[in-house]
Amino acid sequence: MMFGHGEKDVGIVTYGAYIPRFRILPEEIARVWGENGEAMKNGLMIFSKSVPYPDEDVITISVEAARNALARADLDPEEIGAVYVGSESHPYAVKPSGTIVAEAIGASHFITVADYEFACKAGTAAMQTSMGLVSSGMAKYSLAIGADTSQGAPGDALEYSASAGGAAFIIGKEGVIARINRTLSFTSDTPDFWRREGQPYPSHGGRFTGEPAYFRHVATCAGELMKVQGTQPSDYDFAVFHQPNGKFPTRVAQQLGFEKKQYETGLTTPYIGNTYSASMMIGLSAILDVAKPGQKVLGVAFGSGAGSDAFDITITDEMENYNKAAAPTVKSLVERSELLDYGRYAKFKGKIVMKE
Amino acid sequence: MREVAIIGIGDTRFGELWEHSLRDIGMQAGLNAVSDAGIAGEQIEALYIGNMAAGSLIDQEHLGALVSDYSGLSQLHIPAVRIEAAGASGGMALREGYLAVASGLHDVVMVAGAEKMTDVTDEEIPMVQMAGGDQQWEGIAGATMPSLFAMMARRHMHEYGTTREQLASVPVKNHKNGALNKQAQYQRAITMETVLKSPVVADPLGVFDCAPVSDGAAALILAPADAAGKYAQEAIRIAASAAATDTLALQHRESLTRMDSVKVASTKAYRTAGVNPKDIDVAEIHDSYSIAEIMSIEDLGFFEKGRGGPATLEGMTEINGVVSVNTSGGLKARGDPMGATGVAQAVEIARQLRGKADKRQVTDAEVGLSLNVGGTGGTSVVHIFRRA
Amino acid sequence: MANPRYWRENPSRYNLIGKRCENCGTVHFPPREICPKCRRKSIGKMKSHKLSGRGKVYSFTIVHEPMPDFSLMKPYIMAMVEMEEGVRLTGQIVDCEPARLSIGMEVEATLRKLGQEGSSGIIRYGYKFRPR
Ligand SMILES: [Zn+2]
Repeated sequence: MMFGHGEKDVGIVTYGAYIPRFRILPEEIARVWGENGEAMKNGLMIFSKSVPYPDEDVITISVEAARNALARADLDPEEIGAVYVGSESHPYAVKPSGTIVAEAIGASHFITVADYEFACKAGTAAMQTSMGLVSSGMAKYSLAIGADTSQGAPGDALEYSASAGGAAFIIGKEGVIARINRTLSFTSDTPDFWRREGQPYPSHGGRFTGEPAYFRHVATCAGELMKVQGTQPSDYDFAVFHQPNGKFPTRVAQQLGFEKKQYETGLTTPYIGNTYSASMMIGLSAILDVAKPGQKVLGVAFGSGAGSDAFDITITDEMENYNKAAAPTVKSLVERSELLDYGRYAKFKGKIVMKE
Repeated sequence: MREVAIIGIGDTRFGELWEHSLRDIGMQAGLNAVSDAGIAGEQIEALYIGNMAAGSLIDQEHLGALVSDYSGLSQLHIPAVRIEAAGASGGMALREGYLAVASGLHDVVMVAGAEKMTDVTDEEIPMVQMAGGDQQWEGIAGATMPSLFAMMARRHMHEYGTTREQLASVPVKNHKNGALNKQAQYQRAITMETVLKSPVVADPLGVFDCAPVSDGAAALILAPADAAGKYAQEAIRIAASAAATDTLALQHRESLTRMDSVKVASTKAYRTAGVNPKDIDVAEIHDSYSIAEIMSIEDLGFFEKGRGGPATLEGMTEINGVVSVNTSGGLKARGDPMGATGVAQAVEIARQLRGKADKRQVTDAEVGLSLNVGGTGGTSVVHIFRRA
Repeated sequence: MANPRYWRENPSRYNLIGKRCENCGTVHFPPREICPKCRRKSIGKMKSHKLSGRGKVYSFTIVHEPMPDFSLMKPYIMAMVEMEEGVRLTGQIVDCEPARLSIGMEVEATLRKLGQEGSSGIIRYGYKFRPR
């Protein structure tokens, strides 16, 4: 195997999440398009999705998540050696989101920064890069962010799920609260979902996004990681998967042999929608919010195009001393919410053509 | 320093003057002032023009030369300069003209104020107005000029119990006065209900709490007071000219419920003129927003702090009240072509002191005052006038 | 506006870097080189000072006729916030129902978009406030 070597010491030193507070219900979207809202809700297992305010984008969401992460840790931002922001909705086509994020968290200028894109798994790609930098000694800490303000074309099925949120993980060797025992990826050229340069909305292959894309990659990646680690589903206290809707991660979890009590903690999409690059990372954050030392977590991200990144994680004793209360939990971010009607939603998302 | 008098006044009607350019209205006001003074153009030695934003509004700077040229003075090659202090540009131009005559440098000068605001679209106006505040640290954050005055209003309500009705009584009174002024933009009275039900601009301020977008010009001819008798019209003496500044941004003021520049300028002016606030018969006050008039009549010493609202609602500032405030209709009803406003205030006071203010005439008006404010009080100019 | 006009202020816009007068202890924002209280005595004694980001609403309004950059947010809340350090800042309040607003309400700074130079120009980021 070319990828997936074990690394004893590297892991998550601190984490933070952010979810915009506005929500829209599937029934409300369905009302505008003459669809059956109840059917959409149950079919996707999405009860509401998050919507950013017009002044929120991947950069502001990344900064929120990163500041939340820093608030919980006794860590000098100047010791961060790298910032990677993973997203499919970077505000600029050219000009990194990461430079603004680095500046806004008070990082040093002697730092390496890059933006990542791999559909919904750019954030976990950033985590893997960070692990490499830290374990090689190139950086003491590396900040990996997954954040999106994803777009679904009006009237398209994606409109019911595409939402906004972010999660930031600082990877390091000192003060690790969640050790990453191993990461492993599975990647293939599978055109299930894409967006061409200059296009405002993505396109997708309909049902082709299911079996050949999501299920094949997630299941294969998870299975291979457990094989390499010599583990089985019952060894994990929690499992979290990429969540394009509520249904896919539930089904893949069941296929792999996980039980509800293992995957329900990290399943946030039913309440906030698909936060794309942040999806698995917000789910993992929700698990870290409650996990105890010694507990084990399996996390599997998926990005269309396509690939999966899987992580085998153990919560360390450091979690006992960790100042979790210094930033909001995922649960509290999910719960603070204000409902929008479709008109305000369209305004907030810039779907209304304004005068130049 | 010599005593200075106003020997001629002129203005255009204020309003939406679609057919007329800045140069048209500047010329018209100047011409009216020259003919009112009964002088010839050749006698004018210098020109001071108050204008806030021609660069943003009509892409034109260099207004000294422009107004001088289109007033037919180009072959006389007189010095002419534009004075800018946001909404206080007109008052500051008057002060410059005053200083030139008082110092003995010039004998006869023209002071003009002109602004052409309707040559840009409505959406551009908040940006132009905000240039009188701190664009970099207030405007970029989203503050509009009405929003800054709204925050003063909310604070005034919080600290002194000023009510929405008291605020609304300012435009009601000023519209009542404007209805009597043929040069005013709005010559009709409005009810309290109209103000209270008007669309919100920045709460608690509605459309009727805010001065309108206006075109207009006004002009004055100044001369040494001891020579004033030579000219056609009854001269009005400028008994004091005082100006003061404060922080550019509202956020840096010690208090949001008073304007220290108004207090300082008026205190100086009263001392120079040897009068007290209670001696003022008629005053033109900078009511760019209803709250601005309430705060100003307090800061000028007409009423105690916190009493501006009740006093206005009780009619104490109506024509022939305790002090007659904004007999012209004020910025609200007469109109507010920014750079013209300070000069137009002096024109109104001169009309009142001459006893030529028609149906809005204040009985036995002897002493008048004008207060011209820039931005949220970054600049204030106070002039006190007396019947010569 | 050309980018440098905004860019040079990024430290203050992103991280609330002001100045503290070492002569009298007053904190100023935005940064200034002369303390209005101490004037000459403060020259050379103005040191960079990062605000905590926490403060209380001193006054507020709901803007219905917006500056051009904020037309999508109309109506939006503008406030003057008295920071813990004593200095006041003008900024928007987000994530707040207008009905919840009151003088004295505790808020904290957050980073949001403050505008952009059209659809092809630079995006500006800076502080706004939200309820604590
Ligand atoms: Zn000082």
